[in-house]
Amino acid sequence: MVPVNYYVILSAILFTIGALGVLSRRNPLIIFMSIELMLNSANLAFVAFASVYKTFSGQIFVFFVIAVAAAEVAVGLALIVEIFKAKKNINIDEMNSMKG
Amino acid sequence: MHLSETVTSGFYFLAPGLVLVPVLGLLINAIFGRNFSEKVVGTVASLASGTAFVISVLLAYSVAVNHGHAVSVPFAEWIHIGDLKLDWTFRVDSLSTTMMLVVSGVGTLIHIYAIGYMHEDVRFKHEEGRFTRFFIYLNLFIAAMMILVSGDSYLMLFVGWEGVGLCSFLLIGFWYEMDTLARPSWANSNAAKKAFITNRVGDFGFLMAGFLMFWHLGSFQFDEVFAAAPAIAHESPWIIVAITLFMLVGVAGKSAQIPLYIWLPDAMAGPTPVSALIHAATMVTAGVYLITRSASIYTLVPQAQYIVAMVGACTALFAATIAVGQYDIKKVLAYSTISQLGFMVAAVGMGAYVAGMFHLITHAFFKALLFLSAGSVILGLERGHHAHAHHAHHEEKPKGKKKVESGHGSHGGHDDHEEVFDPGDMRNMGGLRKTMPVTFWLYMIGTLALAGIFPFAGFWSKDEILLDASLHFTSVYGQLTVAAFFTAFYMGRQIWMVFFGEARTDAAKHAQESPKVMTVPLMVLAALSVAGGALNLPFEGFHNLGHWLGHTLGEVEGLPLNLQVAGISTALALLAIFISWLIYGRNPLKAGQIDPLKKPLGFVFTGMENKWFVDEGYGVLILTPFKKLSQFLADVIDWRFWHDFVHDTVIAGTYNWLSEVVLSRYADQKGIDTFFNSWGSFTQWLSGNVRRIQNGFVRSYALSVLLGVVLILGYLILK
Repeated sequence: MVPVNYYVILSAILFTIGALGVLSRRNPLIIFMSIELMLNSANLAFVAFASVYKTFSGQIFVFFVIAVAAAEVAVGLALIVEIFKAKKNINIDEMNSMKG
Repeated sequence: MHLSETVTSGFYFLAPGLVLVPVLGLLINAIFGRNFSEKVVGTVASLASGTAFVISVLLAYSVAVNHGHAVSVPFAEWIHIGDLKLDWTFRVDSLSTTMMLVVSGVGTLIHIYAIGYMHEDVRFKHEEGRFTRFFIYLNLFIAAMMILVSGDSYLMLFVGWEGVGLCSFLLIGFWYEMDTLARPSWANSNAAKKAFITNRVGDFGFLMAGFLMFWHLGSFQFDEVFAAAPAIAHESPWIIVAITLFMLVGVAGKSAQIPLYIWLPDAMAGPTPVSALIHAATMVTAGVYLITRSASIYTLVPQAQYIVAMVGACTALFAATIAVGQYDIKKVLAYSTISQLGFMVAAVGMGAYVAGMFHLITHAFFKALLFLSAGSVILGLERGHHAHAHHAHHEEKPKGKKKVESGHGSHGGHDDHEEVFDPGDMRNMGGLRKTMPVTFWLYMIGTLALAGIFPFAGFWSKDEILLDASLHFTSVYGQLTVAAFFTAFYMGRQIWMVFFGEARTDAAKHAQESPKVMTVPLMVLAALSVAGGALNLPFEGFHNLGHWLGHTLGEVEGLPLNLQVAGISTALALLAIFISWLIYGRNPLKAGQIDPLKKPLGFVFTGMENKWFVDEGYGVLILTPFKKLSQFLADVIDWRFWHDFVHDTVIAGTYNWLSEVVLSRYADQKGIDTFFNSWGSFTQWLSGNVRRIQNGFVRSYALSVLLGVVLILGYLILK
């Protein structure tokens, strides 16, 4: 049996990659992918601990996270489509009309 | 110390009626008097006073059957503060009932007389509505005087003391909008104010005496004060001396003694019944009563007694000399009253309390008689004047149009005369013996009683005072004897000038006798003036008054008649009347003639005529400096210093400077404004900088979130 530390470390690595991806990339599609990476690293941690503690709640939570992530991507892609229609561009650095 | 438990029988329960009945009378007249005729008003007032007299008689009877025991009749609670208990308690003893009898007896006679007198007086002055008011005041006076004489403590006495002062003020100023000759002027109200203000000086003395008494003796109640006084007199006699001398100041105010007598002559501005009742018979004797009441205190301090006696004697002599030079019939009597009050004060000062009270009683009889007779003379002249003036008036203008009488101070009826006729001036009289025979004889009786001719009342009472003086105080005796000489002289002068010789004016020629309502009370008073001496004859077994008052004042041995003293005073009185006959009787005064005494006496007579310039002297010594002082206080202290400097410059200036410069310019504009403006600029600067965080780059927000999470997690881990 693989020790839980490995899962946690893998989850942390995935999360860090996702976070760096969100911060460093300008393409919203890539950012979405990075966000998916972070969510899935969290899911990995959930199921790892669920199997350690022999409980279903972590696994059930993962379903929720996957559902929310799917909804989020749907909304996000729809937004990106609309933004592209308006700006002919989806560079995230040019979307700063909300600045103070 | 209440003696009431020892005595129960008698009419003591009636005592409050002394005050309540006159008050009831005045209330009836005050509320319903508008609808009453003059007769009803006068009857109600006289009945009220008469009832008080009946009560006084019953009280005196009660005292007599109870062997002269003093009885306190509690009536109402007044002030209870801590240990201090001041109640309205009536004191019924031989001294207070004597005063009650004099006040209500003479008062009732004067009430009746006043019905006739005021009936005419209000018509001569065209103010008929004031008839009722007069009787209201008169009843108020009787009530106040009863409070004075029946009070059981110095404080109750003071209440009455002030009450009679108020009535005196109201009645002197009864014709407040005119002078004594009914011309529009403030002379009468000024006389009223003078009386009131002079009496305030006296009241100051009374109050100081009261305060000292309370502080050192611990009570106002007569018996308690008298009981506590000897111990204090033994320890520190100056306290008792101060109390008695301050009390003397009060006496000098109320009883018109030097130096406060100046108000009494001016008080003659009041209607004549007032002069008789208040300013001759009763109120002015309150001072004598006060000293007599305080006999146990005065006896402790012979020094104070000596001063009292000297004040009385000096007043007696001084006022008598002024009376010689007066022309107004009432002024002569006013100075005579001052002089006779001097006799009484001298007597009580010498410790001859019975003699003083005796003279007080007989003086009340004959001086009321004289004043009321003088009122009868004045009205007689007024009647003669009007009858004659109207007669002449009609002759000149047969269909004389009715004069428009404005009423307010107008002297309607004879406005067309160049000079206002003075019915009180003795130079306008003469020969009234024929036209007013009843008044003449009454006046004669009063004069003989006042001059001290045997066997009239004044002879006995004055002689008792002179006898006491001759035994104890030679200087007082000398002064009083000379004063008695002057008394007989000025009364002789008055009789010759008023009733003998020829009529010097048409008014005197046509003078008319007064009606019965006026003369009958006078006859009663005349009878009392003749027989009043019987109260206390200087023979063994006849010292009735002495014995009676002895119940209250302590028994004193009645002095037998001293033929030497009596002989000297009678001889001097007869001599004075003879001299007055030589000067005024043998060669009667002609119309317009100056007084025959003026030439031989020269400036002395001028002095007498002008009251020794005492009023002017007071003007220079007291009034002018006082006015200057008040002007200084008003102009310099109040206006310039207090208003201009303190208020305007210091307070308003400081305030302005404070608000304008300190508060507005520095504190508000520089301090508060700067602070809040800086706060605003700071907020602006801060928000301007903080705004930059909101740069719109999603990734930088994400970085912030990450950093935040890292910080929180770091904190949680490293905690």
